[in-house]
Amino acid sequence: MIGAGHAGLAASHFLRDRSVDHVVLERGEVANSWRHERWDSLRLLTPNWQSRLPGHRYEGPDPDGYMTMGEVIEFIERFATVSRAPVRTGTNVTSVRRTDDGYHVTTSHGEIRCRAVVIASGACNRPTVPQFADAVPASVVQLTPFDYAGPTHLPDGGVLVVGASATGVQLAAELKRSGRPVILSVGEHVRLPRLYRGRDVLWWMDASGVWDQRHDEVDDLARARRLPSPQLVGTPERRTLDLNTLAAMGVELVGRWAAVRDGRALFSGGLRNVFSLADLKMRRLLDTFDEWARAHGCDAEVDPPERFAPTHVPESARWQIDLRSGEIRTIVWATGFRPDFRWLDMPVVDEKGRLLHEGGVVGSPGLYALGLPVLRRRKSTFIHGIEDDAREVIDHLTRHLAVRR
Amino acid sequence: MTTIDNGVNVQALLDAREVLKGAPEAAQFTWRASSRWQNGVHSTTTIQNFFGLGQEQSHKSETVFTADHPEVFAAEDNGITPIEYLLVGLASCLTAGVASVAQNRGIQLRSVESTVEGNHDIRGILGADSDVRNGFNDIKVTFTIDADASQQDIEALVAQSQKRSAVFDALTNPTNVTVEVA
Ligand SMILES: Cc1cc2nc3c(=O)[nH]c(=O)nc-3n(C[C@H](O)[C@H](O)[C@H](O)COP(=O)(O)OP(=O)(O)OC[C@H]3O[C@@H](n4cnc5c(N)ncnc54)[C@H](O)[C@@H]3O)c2cc1C
Repeated sequence: MIGAGHAGLAASHFLRDRSVDHVVLERGEVANSWRHERWDSLRLLTPNWQSRLPGHRYEGPDPDGYMTMGEVIEFIERFATVSRAPVRTGTNVTSVRRTDDGYHVTTSHGEIRCRAVVIASGACNRPTVPQFADAVPASVVQLTPFDYAGPTHLPDGGVLVVGASATGVQLAAELKRSGRPVILSVGEHVRLPRLYRGRDVLWWMDASGVWDQRHDEVDDLARARRLPSPQLVGTPERRTLDLNTLAAMGVELVGRWAAVRDGRALFSGGLRNVFSLADLKMRRLLDTFDEWARAHGCDAEVDPPERFAPTHVPESARWQIDLRSGEIRTIVWATGFRPDFRWLDMPVVDEKGRLLHEGGVVGSPGLYALGLPVLRRRKSTFIHGIEDDAREVIDHLTRHLAVRR
Repeated sequence: MTTIDNGVNVQALLDAREVLKGAPEAAQFTWRASSRWQNGVHSTTTIQNFFGLGQEQSHKSETVFTADHPEVFAAEDNGITPIEYLLVGLASCLTAGVASVAQNRGIQLRSVESTVEGNHDIRGILGADSDVRNGFNDIKVTFTIDADASQQDIEALVAQSQKRSAVFDALTNPTNVTVEVA
């Protein structure tokens, strides 16, 4: 097992259940990503009641609240303790190679031979930054979410936040509240209200079965796997953080950042259409929820259907900004994350670095993965999504071991 | 689904998508136009051949486009102005997209009409004000669509056609342009 995040620990839980001998190799500590790769103010965007792992759930006083990073770390640590996962911390995996009867794993603490490997090293190991970042003038500070801790660490002055998914909208709001001028560059995005008909929108995702949709039922799996995170934030006030909220706070919206030319950032003129696409998709999703509520006789338990104002299109959005003018002192790249499989010495990734797998079963026998986008279901990358995936993947692994024995 | 027909062979497009996923070389197309100066600001541009699917291709026949400036620009008005060709490209590209997406989504179209307006401050090209750009300041396309679909589905058609439009992308995003003297 490689990685002691919730995915690796959940898999370990099922392996122990089936009495399969194993170790969990972790380069840092348990819940390492939550300790070292998140910003200070971050809270989960999934509500507490939804934080559930096999045999382990939130039992605190505020089921509708959202965990702080400290609480998430504690939650995952406790899971590791109660499930007595055999974690070897401080053990970095530097290579995994195929052998005749299994795998040869090289770590910072020696070599391991094993019959099966589960990759649970995370889907968000490296921030994605577009190539043209190289052409940004050196006078502008560039940060990724991995470098960003909070507004006080940034120079004074304007900030250009790139990307309007969960990370981008949250950082844009926080930076704006710190008193800085903030410009948000918006490409395709997923708009969601925090509450719908009086319930957390993620309650609807869960209850209506949208999140349970399986990888082999999704129309366009490649697209579903690329889907950005929704514009949601977990706050005690349970407020919506969409582009209308940000615009009302005074965040300036510009189109998708397309190129740098002569020290100028050039933005797409297609802003209106990315708004339309997101508004239409949100409406379609809310229609699905309404239909589900009607069909399941839940209409009486929730508030009446609501529809939200379309995303307001600014009078005129700028399509270029001179990066040498001093207006922008910092760029925050909230342009997504990707996994890092450089230590996998096997031809199991495609030309774009994506792991080739079918529901977590990799082409090489005995090699498995967990925690990747829509691995087996739409909920695969979420904390509560791991239980079903891990059970099925470990079932497959157990059968594989039995056959080979 | 009852058979709907907008005259678009969507299956061929979906098949091509599958094939080209594994053959990026074949997906490289080069579109070509050849232009000749006539007189004044009048020119003619012909288009017939292009490259794609790994080989030279040809339209059924050659098309000739005439460009000129209108009389208010003190020209002879032998044809539309070059910047108006961009409107032709945008309207026809989005319309093709609407038809294809409708076919793919099982929506029967009865009529698709659009008007395209490009706002242009010509002080830019005249060099009268260096703060004014040469090209359009903004472009507005208005579709009127009669189809067997809800307003919301029609809006989704138009949004999706923009998302997959070559000309919409070429106009809304910067493109490297190299101009040389042979
Ligand atoms: C900013 C952000 C916010 C998120 N918010 C939520 C949320 O609100 N709710 C929710 O359900 N999900 C959320 N997620 C998604 C998901 O829950 C997290 O990404 C989570 O960390 C994934 O768990 P994991 O176990 O798959 O991977 P990780 O938690 O990343 O664990 C992988 C582990 O593997 C280790 N590792 C990696 N490579 C090696 C190696 N070569 N050798 C040894 N060890 C290695 C890492 O140190 C790490 O500890 C969020 C993700 C991000 C990035």
